[in-house]
Amino acid sequence: MQKQQVIERAEPVSTTGAETVPAEPGAAEAGAAEAAPAPSTTATDRRRQIASGLRASLAAGMGLVPIGIAFGMVVVQSGLPWWLAPVLSGVVFTGSLELLLVGMILAAAPLATVALTTLLVNFRHVFYAISFPLSAVRSRLGRLYAMHALVDEAYAVTAASPRGWTGWSLLPLQLAFHTYWIGGGLAGVALAHLLPGPIEGLEFALCALFITLTLDSCRSGRESRRRCWAECASPARWSSSPSMRCWSGCWPSSRR
Amino acid sequence: MPETGYVVAVVAVVFAITFGLRALPFALVMPLRESAFLRSLAAWMPAGLMVILAATTLRDSAGAAWGHLPHAGIAVVVTVAAHLGLGRSTLLSVGAGTLTFVGLVHLF
Repeated sequence: MQKQQVIERAEPVSTTGAETVPAEPGAAEAGAAEAAPAPSTTATDRRRQIASGLRASLAAGMGLVPIGIAFGMVVVQSGLPWWLAPVLSGVVFTGSLELLLVGMILAAAPLATVALTTLLVNFRHVFYAISFPLSAVRSRLGRLYAMHALVDEAYAVTAASPRGWTGWSLLPLQLAFHTYWIGGGLAGVALAHLLPGPIEGLEFALCALFITLTLDSCRSGRESRRRCWAECASPARWSSSPSMRCWSGCWPSSRR
Repeated sequence: MPETGYVVAVVAVVFAITFGLRALPFALVMPLRESAFLRSLAAWMPAGLMVILAATTLRDSAGAAWGHLPHAGIAVVVTVAAHLGLGRSTLLSVGAGTLTFVGLVHLF
């Protein structure tokens, strides 16, 4: 009930960005000129949104694939059954913890230890709900998947470029991350017998990704506040919405 | 080789906790999204969390004995410089930083 209200209220905000393709900073401005007020549902729009989601996934993929390969190799080389790599990556989908789990499964750690480790390592996820654009996804099943696949990379990419996400760009982004991670794991399983070890240093891609996203999120916060203030100050706005709510909306969660 | 039943139990426990940590906050946060406190939290959290994620992945790259810290430091500088200097193209900046790190690790 309350959820429904929030979604409805969020709608006018999201339509301003619905037509624009959010993935790269700068794309929002480019699309704004041609933006129509109605929410986009045509096939071309959909294709464009899917493409933008996939494009936004590429940089993180550069980090996820090599780490996935390393994970698959670790699973096989430590003597665990190969299917553990795709099962953990598909069902659990929590990068760094999966590497820890390999060691714990090998040592037959008690389930309570596994549970406590999971709680500690993954506790950071509780903060992702504050700005992750889940309300962009309309279908129930889609929302369940979006929450399941809310990995660090999905949070970080959306937080650094928060405007204009739709279900058609957000879910492809997350599906792409999931595919990179599972695919990397399977490649690692296949390569485990051929290579002595993964190429050292490729995992730095994730660190580099988070650095660029830090820089972007600092900038997008400043920009959206400036844009919002300009909008609140325009007289056309005053008749339609109480100005206090408009100003208070200029704090960054209006960027969702 | 661990028993399959044990492995399935581990996967189930980790899935339940992880999905709970990811999904439950939405139930709490959705009604509160309009609150001023959450708004300001949402203002600084993304950048703060990302600094933490960058720091933990940097720590992983630096190696167990911090042997690769200088390599990682140079790669961080290259990443930041590429991002700010070459038009904020994520793919380009991440590629430049990663190639720098891989190159340095293999050369030195």
